[in-house]
Amino acid sequence: MDLGAAFLGSLPSGSGGTVRGRAGERPEFLSDRGSTAVAGTIPPLPVRRPDVISSAANSGTSLFNRFFEWFGSLGIFFWRVLTAAVTPPYEWRELIRQLDEVGSKSLPLVAMAGAAIGVIISLEARYSLTRFGAKSMFPATLVYSVIQVMGPVITGLVVSGRVGAGMGAELASMKVTEQIDAIETSAINPYRLLAATRILACILMLPLLTLATDACALATGWFAQALVEPLSFSQFITSGFNGATFNAFLPQTFKTAVYGLIIGLIACFQGMRTRGGAAGVGRAATNSVVLASLFLILSDVVLVKFILVFFP
Amino acid sequence: MATTYDIATKQADPRQDIPASMIAVENVYKSFAGHKVLNGVSLQVNQGETLAVLGRSGTGKSVLLRLIIGLDTPDSGSISIHGQDIAGLALDRMGEIRKKMGFLFQQAALYDSLSVKENVAFPLEHHRRDMPKSERVDRVRQLLVEVGLDGDIDRMPSDISGGMQKRVGLARALALEPEILLLDEPTAGLDPISSGEIDELILKLQRERQMASIVVTHDLHSARTIASRLALLKDGEVVIDGTFEDLQQSDIGFVKEFLKQS
Repeated sequence: MDLGAAFLGSLPSGSGGTVRGRAGERPEFLSDRGSTAVAGTIPPLPVRRPDVISSAANSGTSLFNRFFEWFGSLGIFFWRVLTAAVTPPYEWRELIRQLDEVGSKSLPLVAMAGAAIGVIISLEARYSLTRFGAKSMFPATLVYSVIQVMGPVITGLVVSGRVGAGMGAELASMKVTEQIDAIETSAINPYRLLAATRILACILMLPLLTLATDACALATGWFAQALVEPLSFSQFITSGFNGATFNAFLPQTFKTAVYGLIIGLIACFQGMRTRGGAAGVGRAATNSVVLASLFLILSDVVLVKFILVFFP
Repeated sequence: MATTYDIATKQADPRQDIPASMIAVENVYKSFAGHKVLNGVSLQVNQGETLAVLGRSGTGKSVLLRLIIGLDTPDSGSISIHGQDIAGLALDRMGEIRKKMGFLFQQAALYDSLSVKENVAFPLEHHRRDMPKSERVDRVRQLLVEVGLDGDIDRMPSDISGGMQKRVGLARALALEPEILLLDEPTAGLDPISSGEIDELILKLQRERQMASIVVTHDLHSARTIASRLALLKDGEVVIDGTFEDLQQSDIGFVKEFLKQS
């Protein structure tokens, strides 16, 4: 059985080839092969790759190219925003508006997320620690889990969803209705007015929102524990932060500034390059959230290692 | 003065004197995804002149305006504003040139999160920070009165009609007192009465301010009303550039067909 037929599925013996390539074309390499060949009279045809492999290879190359094109465009966009951000005139009013939009309006959401996380960790930790006879470690477990890992990541993901989608959709909508072009024709740098202000707002607000998440998580975590076993809040805090240094908490909180950079940069980039009307706006919003969330988590791998090395 | 372009040689009549121009487009080519949109376009506009660029849909009229304002770059050729070639200029440098230009988009492109008065005030707030707030408010009101919209200053763009949006867009384009005005299909989508009102408004503003203007339109009647010269595009090339009378007297088949159908 020849290789091409095995790969493509089936080739009835004695047939001249009933396998189809792309768009219903008959693959050339199968035209005279198989049982119709008479040994010694007709030379064997050269074996060529099946069409589906070529298609897969082309798709892979195209995906590979698009992947690097996307990164290249993102890099150019980032450079334009950076140069615009450090050159006057500065857009202070728009920055303040964005600080409110990103910070104040995300606060209830991250507080609720933090509160939920606090209860979840409290329930899970109590069960595990009791099982291993380490109930006394509960306050420290909750504090370290929240402040070092869960608080920053949950804040980043929640803000990525709310702010990333909102920014991506807003800028995409402005792009498809030519409002960004109108800003540019009014001799105003859209990278400075729209992108730099939003990205800077995300960078500044994420650490503050993370603190809010942490505070809510610790409060509800303590409360969930106190319902089962009497534990005063001051006792909980003293025990939880016992022996802790600033290095244990501050880098993890301020690393969320990098999350803010990722969320703002990707949301603005996706929004400002949108095409395709309403469908394009939807894609921009979705891609902003998905890509920001993905890169946020991937960046955490690097950031955690960085903190462990430089802030032992 | 009429300038007749020969499609084959793409040369202007050498007997014409060409005065110094505020907008000079020279031999500009532009393609998108292999499809040629502009195929060697050349034209000039002087102060006080209004040039109407006509043609069928999809012949590159709006693309030409986008190239002149710098939103796109030509594949080859040059575009000069006040004698300065704008190709390759950095965004901030181009911004200095754009302060002297006003652009009216086909759909007005108003900022939908700002009210009418905030839309008009937007360029002033960014470029005239030295202007006291009271003076800025007066200036915005004056612009809106000029375009016939003094009663609707607090309304949002989504709450006003298409014609009113165009007027707001025009007021915004005039906020920085430009020397050059570019209008992309100013009467597109409007009823005949509103179209006539916009035409009269543009004519009045042009008489008062003596700007160099380019109006892109497919409406021949509108072009005749507001423009001193008309340029007809076909397949990305300027077929004729002259007065309406020059178009009427032209022997070029496409020009005759266009006039007949309009």
